[in-house]
Amino acid sequence: MRRDLLQLFYLASAILFVMGLRGLSHPRTARRGMFLAELGMLLAIIGSLLHHEIIDYRWIAAGLVLGTVIGAPMAIWIPMTAVPQRTALSHSFGALAAALIGVSEYYRHGAALGSLRVGVIALEVMLGSLTFTGSLMAAGKLQGLIRGYPITYRGQNFSNLLLLAAMLGLIPFLMFVPTSTPAFYTLVGLAFFFGVMLVLPIGAADMPVVIALLNSYAGLTDAAMGFMLDNKIQIITGSLDGSSGFILSILMCRAMNRSITNVLFGAFGKVQEQPAGALEGKKGIRQCSMEEAAEILGTARSVVFVPGYGMAVSQAQYRVREVADVLKSKGVDVRYGIHAVAGRMPGHMNVLLAEANVPYDELYDMDQINSYFPETDVAVVVGANDVVNPAAKRVRGSPIYGMPILEVERARVVIVCKRSLAAGFAGIDNELYYGDKTLMLFGDAKETMVKLTAALKT
Amino acid sequence: MIDLGVIGDLYVFVLAGFLGYQVISRVSPLLHTPLMSATNAISGISLVGSLVVAGAGYNRVSTLMGFIAVTASTINVVGGFLITDRILKMFRARK
Repeated sequence: MRRDLLQLFYLASAILFVMGLRGLSHPRTARRGMFLAELGMLLAIIGSLLHHEIIDYRWIAAGLVLGTVIGAPMAIWIPMTAVPQRTALSHSFGALAAALIGVSEYYRHGAALGSLRVGVIALEVMLGSLTFTGSLMAAGKLQGLIRGYPITYRGQNFSNLLLLAAMLGLIPFLMFVPTSTPAFYTLVGLAFFFGVMLVLPIGAADMPVVIALLNSYAGLTDAAMGFMLDNKIQIITGSLDGSSGFILSILMCRAMNRSITNVLFGAFGKVQEQPAGALEGKKGIRQCSMEEAAEILGTARSVVFVPGYGMAVSQAQYRVREVADVLKSKGVDVRYGIHAVAGRMPGHMNVLLAEANVPYDELYDMDQINSYFPETDVAVVVGANDVVNPAAKRVRGSPIYGMPILEVERARVVIVCKRSLAAGFAGIDNELYYGDKTLMLFGDAKETMVKLTAALKT
Repeated sequence: MIDLGVIGDLYVFVLAGFLGYQVISRVSPLLHTPLMSATNAISGISLVGSLVVAGAGYNRVSTLMGFIAVTASTINVVGGFLITDRILKMFRARK
C-alpha cells in the first residue's frame, strides 16, 4: 500500500517535470513551468521520506540543510558570466552522489546481487565517476583555475581509447566474477582518471559542447542509478536530462560544423593551419573615429549588434544596451544577432543580454538575423570574431571552414569594435576586418560603448 | 536469469528518451542556459535514492556515503532551481 502510494507520488512528479520542461518553449511560460517542476521535486522528496526502510532522519536532515546552505548562496550571488562553471560544478555534484550510492550498494550487497545487478552498478559507478572528474575539470577550465587551452601530448587519443576499453572490459568481467572487489575499485579509479583525461585536451572555446555533453552524461548517470535502485522516477528524469544534453551537444556541434568526435579528440584551438595565401595581397584596414561611428549609427534606420564572448569578458553588455537605448530614442530599429556558440555555454549570450535589460524580442538567432542583414544599415560587431569570419564560407582548409556564420558583411556598413587585430579562439585571421564595408573601432569594448553613447547624445 | 524488473525499466527509459527529445526540441534557443540549469536541478532527483541510503542505517560507511550524496543532490536541487528562476526573471519582453 505504502509502496503504491510512493509510486503515485513519483508518477505525479514525472508528469510535473515534463510539463515544467515544456514551459521552457517560451519565455512567457517558463517561470510557471519551473514552478511545476519544483512542485514535482517536492512531491518526490516527500514521497521518498515515507519510504519504509528509513529509520533514522538525522543524517537526512543534516544533508538537506548542508546542501541548502551550500547550494543557495552559489545560486544567488554568482555573476551571470559564471553560470557555465556553476553548471559544470553542479553536474559534478550530481555525478558524485550517483557514484557514492553505487559504491555503497556494492559495498553492502557485493556479489549477492547477482551478475546483472552488479553489471548495472558497475556501469552506473563508471558513468558517475567519469562525469564527476570530467565536470570538475570543465569547471576548473571555465573558472580559469586550469589553463583554458587544450593540453595535448603524443598518443593521447590512443591512450584514452585504451583506458575506455579497459573500463568497458571490466564491466563484463565483474558480471562473470561479481566477487572481484579489486576489479570493482579499479574500475572506479580508472573512471575518475578517464574523466580528467577526457576534458584535458579540450579548449575553452569548445566548452559549450563539452558542458552539453557532460549534461547528457549526468542524465545517463541518473538513469543508471534508477536502473540500479529500480526507481522509475530517476530513470525518467535521467532519460529526459540525457536527451536534453544530447540535443544541445548536437545543436552546438552543428553550429560549428564539427562532429562530436572532432570536438572530443580534435584539440581545437591548438592547430593553427593558417592557409597560405588566403589573406595575401589584402588591402589595409580602415579605422574610424568615434564621431564618424556616431554619425553613421545616428543616421541609420536599422542596426544589428553582434555580440561575442569578448563583450562578456569586458562586461560591456550594459553599455551596449545604453547605445541601443539612444539609438532607439532616435527611431532606429535595433536588433541583436546571436550565434549559438557565442559565449561559454548554450544560450549564454542571451542570458547576459537579458541581464542588461535587453528585451528578449530583440534577440535573434542566426537564421532569423541572417535573412535580415541585407536590409540592415549598420552591423556592429562587439567582441565576436570567429562567428563572423567569412573564411568559414570561402577558405577551404580553414579550421572553421563550413561553420555557419552571422553574415554581417551583407549589411551596408560593418563597424567592428575590437581591442586589437589579434586572432580569435580558432587562431585564424579574420578577412572581415579588411573588407570594403568594414570600419574598425579600436579599443576596449566597454569604454568604446561609453564614448559612443556620449558621442551619439551630442 | 532474465530480470523482468530491468526490462520494465528499459521500457521506461527508452520511452522517456523519446518524450524528452520531443519536449526539448521545442525549447526556445533563447532559453538554452536556463534549460541546462533546470535539467540540472531536476537531475537532483538522485536525492530520492540517496535519502534511503542515508536514513536506512545499513552500516556506517553506507550512511556516510548516503549523507554526502544527500548533500550533493540537495545542492543541485536548491541551487539549480534558484538560479533557473533568477535567469528566467531577467527575460522580459519589450515594454
